Amino acid sequence: MSSSIGLKWLMAVTGIVFLLYVLLHMYGNLKVLAGQEAFDTYAHHLREIGEPMLPYGGLLWIVRIVLIASIIGHVYAAFTLWSRSSSARPQGYAVKKSISSSLASRTMRWGGITLLLFVIFHLIHFTLVKPNFNSEADAAAVKESPYVMVSASFSLIWVVLIYTLAMIALGMHIYHGAWSASQTLGLTSTPRARTVAKTTAQVLAALIVVGFLIPPFYLYFSSL
Amino acid sequence: MRLTLKIWRQDGPDATGGFETYTVDDISEDMSFLEMLDELNENLQARGIEPVAFDSDCREGICGTCGLMISGLAHGPEVTTTCQLHMRSFSDGEEITIEPWRAHAFPVIRDLVVDRSAFDRIIQAGGFISVDTGAAPDAAATPVPKVQADRSFDTATCIGCGACVAACPNASAMLFLGAKVTHLGELPQGQAERNSRVVDMVAQHDHEGFGGCTNIGECAASCPKEIPLDVISQLNKDLRVAARARR
Amino acid sequence: MTELIDGLYREGEPIADSKAPDGPIETRWERHQFENALVNPANRRKLSVIIVGTGLAGASAGATLGEAGYHVKTFCYQDSPRRAHSIAAQGGINAAKNYKGDGDSVYRLFYDTVKGGDYRSRESNVYRLAEVSPNIIDQCVAQGVPFAREYGGLLDNRSFGGVQVQRTFYARGQTGQQLLIGAYQALERQIAKGTVEMFSRHEMLELVVIDGKARGIIARDMVTGEIETHLADAVVLASGGYGNVFFLSTNAMGCNVTAAWRAHRKGAYMANPCYTQIHPTCIPQHGDKQSKLTLMSESLRNDGRIWVPKNAEDCDKDPRDIPEEDRDYYLERIYPSFGNLVPRDIASRQAKNMCDEGRGVGPAIVEVGPDGEEREVRRGVYLDFASAIERMGRESVESKYGNLFDMYERITGENPYEVPMRIYPAVHYVMGGLWVDYDLESSIPGLYVTGEANFSDHGANRLGASALMQGLADGYFVLPNTIRDYLAKGPFEPVAEDAPEVEEARRSVTDRIEHFLTCDGERTVDSIHKELGSIMWEYCGMERTAEGLQKAIGLIRELKTEFWTNVKVLGSNDQLNQSLEKAGRVADFLELGELMCIDALHREESCGGHFRAESQTEEGEALRNDEDFSYVAAWEYATKGEDAAELEPVLHKEDLVYEFIEMKQRSYK
Ligand SMILES: Cc1cc2nc3c(=O)[nH]c(=O)nc-3n(C[C@H](O)[C@H](O)[C@H](O)COP(=O)(O)OP(=O)(O)OC[C@H]3O[C@@H](n4cnc5c(N)ncnc54)[C@H](O)[C@@H]3O)c2cc1C
Ligand code: HEM
Ligand code: HEM
Ligand code: SF4
Ligand code: F3S
Ligand code: FES
Repeated sequence: MSSSIGLKWLMAVTGIVFLLYVLLHMYGNLKVLAGQEAFDTYAHHLREIGEPMLPYGGLLWIVRIVLIASIIGHVYAAFTLWSRSSSARPQGYAVKKSISSSLASRTMRWGGITLLLFVIFHLIHFTLVKPNFNSEADAAAVKESPYVMVSASFSLIWVVLIYTLAMIALGMHIYHGAWSASQTLGLTSTPRARTVAKTTAQVLAALIVVGFLIPPFYLYFSSL
Repeated sequence: MRLTLKIWRQDGPDATGGFETYTVDDISEDMSFLEMLDELNENLQARGIEPVAFDSDCREGICGTCGLMISGLAHGPEVTTTCQLHMRSFSDGEEITIEPWRAHAFPVIRDLVVDRSAFDRIIQAGGFISVDTGAAPDAAATPVPKVQADRSFDTATCIGCGACVAACPNASAMLFLGAKVTHLGELPQGQAERNSRVVDMVAQHDHEGFGGCTNIGECAASCPKEIPLDVISQLNKDLRVAARARR
Repeated sequence: MTELIDGLYREGEPIADSKAPDGPIETRWERHQFENALVNPANRRKLSVIIVGTGLAGASAGATLGEAGYHVKTFCYQDSPRRAHSIAAQGGINAAKNYKGDGDSVYRLFYDTVKGGDYRSRESNVYRLAEVSPNIIDQCVAQGVPFAREYGGLLDNRSFGGVQVQRTFYARGQTGQQLLIGAYQALERQIAKGTVEMFSRHEMLELVVIDGKARGIIARDMVTGEIETHLADAVVLASGGYGNVFFLSTNAMGCNVTAAWRAHRKGAYMANPCYTQIHPTCIPQHGDKQSKLTLMSESLRNDGRIWVPKNAEDCDKDPRDIPEEDRDYYLERIYPSFGNLVPRDIASRQAKNMCDEGRGVGPAIVEVGPDGEEREVRRGVYLDFASAIERMGRESVESKYGNLFDMYERITGENPYEVPMRIYPAVHYVMGGLWVDYDLESSIPGLYVTGEANFSDHGANRLGASALMQGLADGYFVLPNTIRDYLAKGPFEPVAEDAPEVEEARRSVTDRIEHFLTCDGERTVDSIHKELGSIMWEYCGMERTAEGLQKAIGLIRELKTEFWTNVKVLGSNDQLNQSLEKAGRVADFLELGELMCIDALHREESCGGHFRAESQTEEGEALRNDEDFSYVAAWEYATKGEDAAELEPVLHKEDLVYEFIEMKQRSYK
């Protein structure tokens, strides 16, 4: 498992966990479009799934634990492989051109770090601290209603911008990551399978970027 | 034509190296890249300067001995080996930077010559089919379907040049490994050792200090024999199957 | 010993015994193997063998002896055994499998090989080669060599080199590569098991002979410059051919004669050194800065038509502007029944004749003529596919020859679909090599020689696809069975690292290196090598005359003096030093070249790859003289006086007796 390919599996599997989560999360976020009541009920409902088998918020906690374990595994593998590849070429080239690699593939690591920073910020922003950036909004309401929290934030252009940039980083990470994961899992050993994998990755990346960005932009423009 | 060459010079494995700049004149475009370097070396020797060391043998693109990083591209701007690169791919007055393959697992021996014995050790770890001389059944006893035979051949054409490692941002040798694993894995004869082969070769690969693959694809694009990227997927798959079989 | 003949050599005792068994030819090898002594498996580990060279011949022998349990040490000058020059072979490998059911058999392969060799090879050896050939294919397939297959999954064969049966196995145009990778992997497997120790980037520079037996080698670690002594019970040379004596050849840059020549100087006979094979379809030289020549498959002659302009004035015209009536399809004209498909040597010689007449095409190259004057000559003839493209359509030409056309275009920058290709003959293979008996043992006991480095199986001319066969036959099946008869007498008395013979051998190596590094002359090694090459090509190439050869011997002797007094090698010994490596090789090539010319001069007949202008039929064909020359010329090293630079070798003749095959003159008219 500590072989370079073993670590890659870990990345691929955890990466796919993220992917699934992100897809669900994106679907949930789109409920913002249905208005305050729908969104708040949804957020509340999330915490009730599985009751009474699970306590209030139980499923959410299971998801959180899986996500936390995944991020640890993913980041651990990423950094171990990173350090191995930098010691694999202690002396770089004076001139190096790339011929076939995409920008996305070459920026996986920095892109990943961007994402990590974003996630930390994002958790503080919407889950842990829920600071109120918007002086016009009511701080208590922000903490009470997820819809208010979200719409208050996204009426600020700089918040929208941060999220937009993060989503572009995410799109690139997934664009290469989803194809890469299928290669890592050995699903692409025929030319056809490779085309399929590449196309799927492109579609997924586009879907996720667009899907995530609809709510912030919708909220921003409706706040004008 | 006239060219400016920025060449990496390093006296020995432990010496610190650096770039030297030379110019060559009267280079005809029919000359091969290595003949251009031969010419440079004749001139240098006439001036009492030690010639630039570089590796080559067959000069036909098949032995895999040659290999230079030419202005940032492994084997230069064409899909071929350095020895089969001709000067018509360059233009008069151009400046060309020439560096050795750079990888921890390919230490520099001198100037542009590197030690690629790590590849031999990877083959030693499992890149073979165990059959002692004289113990073979009749060659016609096992037919091999044409599709498999062709894929096996396509991947068997790897010349072990190391360009994949040189071009890979991670200095990973997965394309080289994948080629061998696919060559032997496509054949009925190669099945008995298929699992142990891939496990042992990957372990040796990591042990030699090559980097991990992040599926960037520079390797396949630089490979003079056009080994396709799907051999890396095949390698991953074989390793997955092997890991399951071991449990 | 007889007196000096032609002022050049003496004749010694004929070779009495080549150990070739007698009796029915079909059972000779089997009986011989049975009669050879066995070595108890428990003793094998105590017996050590050094193998110099890891091409097909060396790697296969190394793997097989390692599997048997001997302690093997293998050496090569490249950075990995996978890079030996065997890798460049394109066409294929012969084997008498008769998978096509077209009437092939061991006997037919035997017959074709003897005939192809122009009746200058040993019947017993050739029969054995044909006999083990099917086993080679079995072995290679089991190792995973991906030979070409048909749709049904069975192995495919093609016909090659003008024979009428389809017995050639191939792997696209990369047969040598695939066979070598197979042998290399088998060798690496033994290295991993510890039975074989591999020394890459090590060059053998001297043989150690003690009490008349080969007991080791002196090798230089090409990275550190260390001079190492390696001792063993037996030594095998599998160091390949010496075609690079011509400077330009299709051989790899590093191919050399040093290992063989050092053994020759220690007493191993050199047999038929003048037999050289010149391949008609190579890409011509583009200028005087060229480093090597590239072979194009002979199959091109099946559909291409060869011509030169009728008038020398047309030679620098665009060939497409030369009208049909001004073209000379000279092979079709001279040999109406064989046309463009005449054997290699004839096609080569006629191309040279056309260019010598001033009707060659392509860039004019400066060379030194027979008169010693510099002149400009165009060295190339057209190989034209225009009519083939018209007849078969561009597509089918492309599917048949596409990869060759691409290769041609890459090297020359010309598109052969549009403009006729230019070709010219080039040195390709040497049939000569160290003399060996039926056991592949040289005239030094304990020194065995395999592959292209020996002279054994191809007579005066080698058939296409037979060199690979011989290398692997020697390494997998013959040597391991013959060397055990010798090893069974061992382990021999251990040799001390400071034995006087070892010290002497080391000193000869270090003295030479010291000399090169301190000579501090004016000439680079390459410039001398080039000069030697042009002398050899001019006088000892496709056509040889007594006068020319005598002249060449004089020129080589002068060049030798120039080399030893005026060479310039920079750098030091204790690092990778490629000029130093080359200097050692060129030193030996110079002596070899001299011997080749002496051999060519003494053989006053034409046979196979050796064409003496004085010995031709009325139609200008090679004329053999079986009466006087049906022998192997095995040369013993000797010089004029103690340490004189000039050779004065001793000729030992091994008579060739044909019991099974009747000798015939060949004719292609
Ligand atoms: C372009 C080309 C195409 C050919 N095509 C065909 C073909 O289609 N069919 C066919 O049958 N034949 C073909 N031949 C001929 C055939 O390839 C060779 O004759 C054969 O491969 C020689 O094998 P070998 O093992 O004897 O020597 P090589 O493969 O030349 O190996 C020599 C070995 O000796 C080592 N060595 C040499 N000198 C020293 C030294 N001093 N110290 C240490 N190591 C040393 C080298 O490192 C190398 O490992 C072709 C040849 C050429 C040049
Ligand atoms: C510190 C944070 C992160 C770092 C350093 C990081 C780095 C990487 C790297 C180096 C890869 C391998 C790329 C390749 O194989 O080509 C990768 C793959 C992947 N990452 Fe991340 N990443 C991070 C966070 C994330 C996050 C937050 C997500 C999800 C939203 C994610 C999803 C993926 C996916 C799906 C893959 C594909 C798996 C594979 O290549 O096999 N990553 N990541
Ligand atoms: C425009 C994009 C996004 C918006 C509008 C958004 C919105 C939200 C909101 C409103 C919450 C709080 C939900 C609640 O507490 O009920 C939340 C939580 C969360 N978001 Fe996002 N999100 C976005 C993008 C992302 C991305 C790209 C990731 C991951 C890479 C992510 C990961 C998370 C996580 C891990 C939580 C915490 C869930 C929990 O455990 O409570 N979000 N997000
Ligand atoms: S895979 Fe391609 S680039 Fe890598 S060693 Fe083989 S031939 Fe060279
Ligand atoms: S470039 Fe490197 S990252 Fe993998 S796909 Fe090729 S080995
Ligand atoms: S020198 Fe052999 S491949 Fe370039």
